[in-house]
Amino acid sequence: MNGLDLMPLFRGLLWTITLTGGAFLIGSVLAVPLLLARRSRVWLVRFVAMSVIQIVRGIPPILWLFIIFFGLGMGFLPVSPFGAALAGLGLIAAANMAEIYRGALSSIHFGQFEAANALDLGRWSTFRDVVAPQAFRVALPTAASYLIGLMKETAVASTIGVTELAFHGKQMSQLTFRGLEVYALVGLFYIALSLPVAWASRAADSRLRARVAR
Amino acid sequence: MLPDFTEITAWMPDLMSGFKISLQVTFFSLLIGIPFGLVLALGVMAKGRVIRAISLFAVEVGRGAPALVLLQFIYVGLPSAGLMVGSFMAAIAALAWNTGAYTSEIIRASLLSIPSGQREAAEALGMKRLDELRFILLPQGLRVALPALLGFSILIFQSTSLCFTIALPELVSRAYEIGSITFRYFPVLLLAGLLYASISIPAALLVDFIEKRAGKFASR
Repeated sequence: MNGLDLMPLFRGLLWTITLTGGAFLIGSVLAVPLLLARRSRVWLVRFVAMSVIQIVRGIPPILWLFIIFFGLGMGFLPVSPFGAALAGLGLIAAANMAEIYRGALSSIHFGQFEAANALDLGRWSTFRDVVAPQAFRVALPTAASYLIGLMKETAVASTIGVTELAFHGKQMSQLTFRGLEVYALVGLFYIALSLPVAWASRAADSRLRARVAR
Repeated sequence: MLPDFTEITAWMPDLMSGFKISLQVTFFSLLIGIPFGLVLALGVMAKGRVIRAISLFAVEVGRGAPALVLLQFIYVGLPSAGLMVGSFMAAIAALAWNTGAYTSEIIRASLLSIPSGQREAAEALGMKRLDELRFILLPQGLRVALPALLGFSILIFQSTSLCFTIALPELVSRAYEIGSITFRYFPVLLLAGLLYASISIPAALLVDFIEKRAGKFASR
């Protein structure tokens, strides 16, 4: 691999991490109201939330970025490539995280709710003290593997000109005519990036598991 | 902001022919990718160390690298090694690799979920390994794997949109082209999104339904 200047790839790596972290943060926060709406007592609210989740997940990420960057960006609401990517991927992450939260919540035995009710805990207290700590542990491994998936998804941001890893890979392969090596390297960077997340998730999971082990 | 009727009729033929290419790429990627996944799953579980290492490498790279990078790797990378590939072939090769890597994990997990007594019984009956796989393990394993495989198929259908980056004239490319000519990006991209959603949303609901039914069978 001699003769290749790897600095651009490292600069791209930084943007990939920023974009992934930002979108994941937006997603995990926005997912909470979406989840609450999804479990609302009013069927109309429930239906709207479900439709939003299905529509967001039903359209490919690249098209979302195009709709935001070219569709809204040209005229209605000028937006930078990074802003468009952050908004689009954040939206997608919110829909997916809402489903992950929902899965974790439904894994909690209804006896827990009944017990909380019998102890006369309020709705908020039931959520904070009983449900959330248990659901968090269940959601963690799924959320971590989604984070890795999201990190790979950020590669589509290169198509609207965000200078992240895949973008620099493309530029470098066009400059050097060594696509095979460059893209092998870029792929390796992505894999290397996912390793610490996978490791941290496994470590956290086994630690949390040990705490509730009987 | 929304497309009007004349626009829709003017754009539809172009979009539909792109849509057809998206569906073709999906079909061939799954047709090649899922059997490839089975082979990789068996390879990862094989006794031979070399076979296991090669299969594991193919799975980890196919899953670990973004589909976009796999596409570029095959489309841009292979010609620089002296092997020319068209964008359609490159798309199928990359997405089939991606499919194989993911489905191998799904299939492996479902094969491992079969109680070991089944395998022991097959051995006790003197079945050959291939017969054991064909008549005992696969019929039970694939039933478990089916919802996950279908769910993944929807993701691959959506992943065909990435072929935009290797100049395959599929749905996103067509929509983008129309947008760049007419400067009506928003309506045409919305229309393309509607076409994607018209397949992925019903398919997702169907997978949910099958998953629930499969769960009911398992809990009986």
